Amino acid sequence: MLSRTADNLYWLARYVERAEYLARILEATQRLTALPLAYVGTSNEWASAVATAGCASAFFARFDEANEENVTHFLAFSADNPSSIRSCFESARTNARAVRTALTVEMWDAINGAWLELKRYGNGPASREEMMRFLRWVQETSMLFDGSAYRTMLRNDAYWFSRLGVFVERADNTARILDVKFHLLLPEEEHVGGPLDYFQWSAILRSVSALTAYHWVYRDSLKPWLVADLLILNKQMPRSLSSCYSNLVSFLDDIASAYGRQGPTQRHARNVHTRLENSKIDGLFQSGLHEFITGFLADNNHLNTMVNEQYLN
Amino acid sequence: MSVAFDEMTLPDGSVRPAYSGLKEWLGSLPPDILDLRRREAEVIFRRTGITFAVYGEADAAERLIPFDVLPRIISKMEWETLRRGLEQRVRTINAYIKDIYGRRDILRAGIVPEDLIFQNPVFRPEMNGQKVPHDIYVHVAGIDVVRVDADTFYVLEDNARTPSGVSYMLENREIMMRLFPELFSRHRVAPVEHYADELLATLKSVAPLTSSADPVVVLLSPGIYNSAYYEHSFLADKLGIELVEGRDLLIKGEVVYMRTTEGLKRVDVIYRRIDDDFLDPLAFRPDSALGVPGLMAAYQAGNVTLSNAVGTGIADDKAVYSYMPEITKFYLGEEPILKNVPTWRCREPEHLKYVLDHLDELVVKEVHGSGGYGMPIGPRADKATIATFRAKVKSNPRNFIAQPTLALSTCPTCVDEGIAPRHVDLRPFVLTGSDKIRIVPGGLTRVALQKGSLVVNSSQGGGTKDTWVLDT
Amino acid sequence: MHIRISHETRYIYDTPPKGVIQTLRLTPRNHDGQYVTHWRIGVSADCRLDRQEDAFGNISHAFTADGPFDELVVTVEGDVETRDTGGLVRDAIERFPPALFLRETPLTTADEAIRTLAQAARAQAPDNDLKVLHALLNSLNETMTFDNNPTQTSTTAAESFALKRGVCQDLTHIFVAAARSINIPARYIGGYYQRNDLIDQDAGHAWAEAYVPDLGWVAFDPTHGVCPTESHIRVAAALDYLGAAPVRGTRYGGGGEALGVTIRIEQAAMQSQN
Repeated sequence: MLSRTADNLYWLARYVERAEYLARILEATQRLTALPLAYVGTSNEWASAVATAGCASAFFARFDEANEENVTHFLAFSADNPSSIRSCFESARTNARAVRTALTVEMWDAINGAWLELKRYGNGPASREEMMRFLRWVQETSMLFDGSAYRTMLRNDAYWFSRLGVFVERADNTARILDVKFHLLLPEEEHVGGPLDYFQWSAILRSVSALTAYHWVYRDSLKPWLVADLLILNKQMPRSLSSCYSNLVSFLDDIASAYGRQGPTQRHARNVHTRLENSKIDGLFQSGLHEFITGFLADNNHLNTMVNEQYLN
Repeated sequence: MSVAFDEMTLPDGSVRPAYSGLKEWLGSLPPDILDLRRREAEVIFRRTGITFAVYGEADAAERLIPFDVLPRIISKMEWETLRRGLEQRVRTINAYIKDIYGRRDILRAGIVPEDLIFQNPVFRPEMNGQKVPHDIYVHVAGIDVVRVDADTFYVLEDNARTPSGVSYMLENREIMMRLFPELFSRHRVAPVEHYADELLATLKSVAPLTSSADPVVVLLSPGIYNSAYYEHSFLADKLGIELVEGRDLLIKGEVVYMRTTEGLKRVDVIYRRIDDDFLDPLAFRPDSALGVPGLMAAYQAGNVTLSNAVGTGIADDKAVYSYMPEITKFYLGEEPILKNVPTWRCREPEHLKYVLDHLDELVVKEVHGSGGYGMPIGPRADKATIATFRAKVKSNPRNFIAQPTLALSTCPTCVDEGIAPRHVDLRPFVLTGSDKIRIVPGGLTRVALQKGSLVVNSSQGGGTKDTWVLDT
Repeated sequence: MHIRISHETRYIYDTPPKGVIQTLRLTPRNHDGQYVTHWRIGVSADCRLDRQEDAFGNISHAFTADGPFDELVVTVEGDVETRDTGGLVRDAIERFPPALFLRETPLTTADEAIRTLAQAARAQAPDNDLKVLHALLNSLNETMTFDNNPTQTSTTAAESFALKRGVCQDLTHIFVAAARSINIPARYIGGYYQRNDLIDQDAGHAWAEAYVPDLGWVAFDPTHGVCPTESHIRVAAALDYLGAAPVRGTRYGGGGEALGVTIRIEQAAMQSQN
């Protein structure tokens, strides 16, 4: 297929996935800040949300201080922020329009419908309640799109490139939230186990829709290394780094076997996957969680570059 | 102005045979059903995304062209004449372009004035002496035809560059078959759905000699912001070919390749929907970001076929139009089957005098204009407009032609006040390959929805109709 | 006169490009008064040079070179023998009747000021195109100041004439636009100019040719206010600069491009005594 078509499909999937993640961050932050101070401490959760969304420098170039109003607007509706939910949906639709014929009707309807609906929200909802409904709707849209792709697309390179986009974006998001909150996960911090952490951790888990999963998997109260284990190494957890890479490796193999040729992208993804498989959470903490995640983010970025060079350019 | 010829009802109230089935069916319908179907059609069109961008309107990037649910019906005999006339017209056009960029016999014979060619911006010096496969320049032509009475069709305009509208012809038929199965069962309508296959066969037949047995064809579009982008993606889909933009293609060693996920893949035929000016920044406009640098060199080396060829504008230019009857006789030795609209060339003194004396009853056209823009309709213009125009024509007569106001035929059309006659034209699409000329029966009927209006352009509020050619 | 030319165009890139595609019009042809004894084009990258003849009969070369490379050098070397023909251009390659060269192009559209200039020249000799053209040549040479600061390759005739400043390309565009506006076919010529006072130059030269009935094509150099002599080496003829540009090209990827042009033009006889 045309490289540009593959590129459009890849980014279409990435933008939809990113919109969902932003909605989850906003929802979790909203929840966290609604708690009495004693439960969450005095840290600025809105600043943390901006950092988790990966656009702190763009944000603070415009605002001196992060608060509910400006962060919500910046992450959800700002036209100046290329990674706001609105911009994500708009970019997703532009990509979708460019590859109309490569999409199924259901996928097109999902993304075109979202774009039309978004116009209704104008510059943002008036109340917190409406905002919550909006954030829900964003997540549902993403699931509708993802489900349409899963259920209606032919299993060929168009599907595989679209899936690569989903999992590269998802791995990036999971790693990023871990990175921003990593200090909370460090067991040597003195207030481990306090109520403060409990709500922070549950907020992290909510951001990646893993709170219920955590209890099913570990049948234990929230413990920092288990949270890390779940999000990094647990294969059952659909948003864990390990699970993302298991998917990436498999879709890259599909592409390689269809094209009869393997390349550096396949090798790189397998290496990252193997490293994750061979890691134990204790080891990661010992050698430094921050270093590990920084390394992973670089690896994941590198995969993006390699997919670009090998297929999309 | 004389009374327009109505294609359904004769002045005495009787119904012409081709329309008798429709008339009967209309009589059998419960009230409001047409209105219901009309709304249904609009929902379907909006969902499929058939939209048309109108230049100059801020938020109209994706507007629907109105669709009229009543078909325009052409009898088998009428079509037979049209078909022969269209074939002849397009054979003429190809012979003429070959000559203009080759031996220039027609200029030596003094039939077409030299300055009309050499000083015309649509004449491309780059094509001089250039061979094209099988001497075919115009593979896809859209010939605009209007009807003035029971026997007379005029060619209003030839479109030999990148004619559009065929997607509406196909989609209109699809939607009619969905909405009105009963009406179809009462008629034997010749199908149009094989157009895509015919187009692909045509394009493959003109592949360069160096291409493989199964040539790779692509459709080159300016991209999603182009007004006809929907049609580009629609056609690429129906033909099963890649829809590419300039940045998807690149030239290496005078061969065209497209960038695919499996590496570079050779391209043999480009069905381009980009104007000449934008094709190649190294040969034409240097600021074009839509084109492919080096494409002309690859084309001139004979390694790729551009469809239509570069420089075909020299055939559909309004200034050249008036010479078409003589051009037909010159190359084919035949009388034209389809007439030209009588045309006065202001470049000729006697014609100019006539035009200036009859400005209020003529349509004066700038020879390099297109669409409906800046085209005054003489009898409707006020005195001041006519005075301004008189001055314009006098200052540069070469730039103008004039034609009588035509009473375009009318067809029954669903409008707010019910079913009423509205003026129509017809754009059939003529495909010319190395093996034969192909024309699917029918074309795109455009209809002026305003009462009395003669302007059918979609950019000025015109609509479309399904066009039926009856097989019996 | 025996003239030796070496012309180097060097691109240096901060970020190496993935590839480069160019069309070169750097090869002179023979006509009465100009004979090319030796000519060679080289490109520093591995590539095939495809030779073609363009619409106006100029020789062009197209190449695509695969990167990455830090620099790309196009070199031209050759010897040409010239003879003064008093500005008359005979036996050059003609692919079109002169009338074609009445076409306006975006770079050579005459505005009111240029039309006025042309009509003033016409008024001096209503029936003698040659005298009209000389009048035009003189008035341009007087009113325009040579200055390579304010204009670029995309500057139009009208813009440059409004500034009353420009380089040889601009003066030629104005001359061509003016001539066409009074119905005299005119064209743009790209080439080289040999000077005794300056062997190393940093740009090629440009002048105009206009069609005079009974004489044929006659060359005019508005920059120097003369008809070209044996010092002019004619390389490419076209409707305007774009059609005769020595190099038109683009690159894929890469960035931070710096361009350097060095041209050495000398009388070969000066060297052969060693």
